[in-house]
Amino acid sequence: MSNPFVSQTPRMTIRNLDLFYGTFQALKQVNLLVQINRITALIGPSGCGKSTLLRCLNRMNDLIPGVRVTGDVLLDSQSIYGSDMDVCRLRKRVGMVFQRPNPFPLSVRDNVAFGLRVAGITRKNQLQEVVERSLRAAWLWEQLKDRLDSPALSLPMDQQQRLCVARLLAVEPEVILMDEPCSALDPISTGKIEDLMLELREQYTIVIVTHNMQQAARISDLSGCMLLGDMIEFGPTGNIFTNPADKRTQDYISGRYG
Amino acid sequence: MRIPPKITQALAVILLGAATLITVITLVLIIAFVLKRGVPEISWEFLSTKPREMGKAGGILPTLLGTVLLPLLAILIALPMGVGTAVYLTEYTRENRVTRIIRFGTDCLAGIPSIIFGLFGYIFFVTILGMGWSMISGGLTLAIMILPTIIRTSEEAIRSVPQAYREVSCSLAATSWETVYKVVLPNALPGIMTGVVLGIGRSIGETAAVIFTAGSSLMMPSSLNDSVRTMSVHFYLLAREGISDEKAYATAAVLVFAVLLVNLAAYWMMNRFIAKRSR
Repeated sequence: MSNPFVSQTPRMTIRNLDLFYGTFQALKQVNLLVQINRITALIGPSGCGKSTLLRCLNRMNDLIPGVRVTGDVLLDSQSIYGSDMDVCRLRKRVGMVFQRPNPFPLSVRDNVAFGLRVAGITRKNQLQEVVERSLRAAWLWEQLKDRLDSPALSLPMDQQQRLCVARLLAVEPEVILMDEPCSALDPISTGKIEDLMLELREQYTIVIVTHNMQQAARISDLSGCMLLGDMIEFGPTGNIFTNPADKRTQDYISGRYG
Repeated sequence: MRIPPKITQALAVILLGAATLITVITLVLIIAFVLKRGVPEISWEFLSTKPREMGKAGGILPTLLGTVLLPLLAILIALPMGVGTAVYLTEYTRENRVTRIIRFGTDCLAGIPSIIFGLFGYIFFVTILGMGWSMISGGLTLAIMILPTIIRTSEEAIRSVPQAYREVSCSLAATSWETVYKVVLPNALPGIMTGVVLGIGRSIGETAAVIFTAGSSLMMPSSLNDSVRTMSVHFYLLAREGISDEKAYATAAVLVFAVLLVNLAAYWMMNRFIAKRSR
C-alpha cells in the first residue's frame, strides 16, 4: 500500500491478530495501522469481525468469557496485551462510544463526571470545569447548561449519544473507538454526530465501525474492509470507494454482500 | 368438539378474575378479623407499659422493642453477607459447577422449615458458643434463616442491571469493584430492598426459631446478651397458654400495623433514593 497517510507514526498498530470465541475464529491474521488525528473506518457485512476488532483495541473483549487473542496490538509502540499493561489505564487512553446511547440513569452532570469520580477527583470546581469543557467539546453546553441536574435519560437520542461522547472526553482519551455510533439515530442527528467527529479529529484519533457506506465515505480518511474475519483491503478511503483493489471490496461497496 | 374462542376467552376472564377475587377477599377477611378483635384493646397504655401477670394485664412495650431490635439485628448481619455473596456469584465468578452448587444450596436453605434453623441456633449459638438465650443468638439465627432470600433476590436484582452499564463503566477505566460499587449496586438497590422487606417480614413473623434462640423473657432488654420476646412470640404464648385472648388479638393487631409500617418505610426510602439519584 502506498499512500500519504502511512508515512506518519501510527498511534496504534495491529499485528497478526487472531481472535477466537471458544473454537470459532472471529479474526484471522488482521493487520492495521491507526494513524494519529485521522478517522479510520471499519466496514464490512454483519458478522465480519469489525466490532470484535474494535473491541480488541481497548480490550473490551476481556469481559466476554472464552475469548482468546494471539498476535499483538501496540499503542504508541507499547503492547496492550503485555503483562505490564494496566487495563484501566489502557481504557482511559482508548475510550469507547457504543452503538446505543447508554447514559447512566443519573443527571447530565453526574454522567459527565463519572470517569473523574472513578479517578478519585472530588473537588467541586474542578468537576464543574471539566463538565463544562466536555459538554462544550460535544456541542451540548449551550443546550444543557441550565439543565445539568435533569436526568440524562430524558434527553433526545442524539443528545444522549453526544452526552456519551462528552462523558468519554472528560477522561481525556487519546483514541476514541466508535461502534456504529449513529445506528440508533435519525439522519439529522447522524449528521450532527458526523460533524462532531470531524472536529474531534483535530485532537483525537478516531476508529469507527459503520454499516453506512456513505458515512464511511463522508468522514473517514482511511478505511478497512473486512470479510469473515479477514481484513481484505485497507487504504485511503478515496481509493477504497473509487478504485478498490480487491474484487470482494467492490462487491460489498456496490451492495452485493450484506 | 372445539369450544369457540369467544367462550374460552370469557371463561378465562371469569376464572382468572375469580382467583384474584378469592385471594383478595381472604386477605381482607383475615386482616379485618384481627383488627376488629384487636384494635379496641389497643391504647397508649398498652403500647407504653410492661406486661403484668405474664401478659394477662398491662402492655407490650418490651415485646414491641424486641420486634424492632431482633429483625433489625438480623438484617444488619444478613444484608452485607447476602449482598456480598450475590455480588461475588454474579460479578466475580463465571457460571460453573461450583456456582450452580452454591445456588442449589441456597435454594434448599430457603425451603427448610424455620424450626430447623431454631434447633441449629439453639445447639450452635446458645449452647456451643455459650451465648445463651439472647438477642445476639436470635439475631444470628434469624440472619441465617433470611440469608437465602436476600442472596437470591439480590442476585436477580444484580443480574437485571443492564450489561451496557458495566461495559460503559469499564470503558471509562473503572475497575470491577468501582463498577460494582458505583454502577451495579445503586441500580440493583430497588430489587435488593425487596429482599430486605421480605427478610424483615419473615423475621417479624417468626416464632419457633426465636423461642429456641432468643428465649421469651418479658423483661426490657438492656444489652445484646439479654433474652427478648417479640410480638409474634408473645401472641403465640398468650394464645397457646390461654393467658388472654383480648391481649393476644391486640398484640396481633399491633403486629399487622408494624409490618405495614415496615413496608411503607422501605418503599418510601427506596423512592426517595431513586428520586435523589436520577434528579
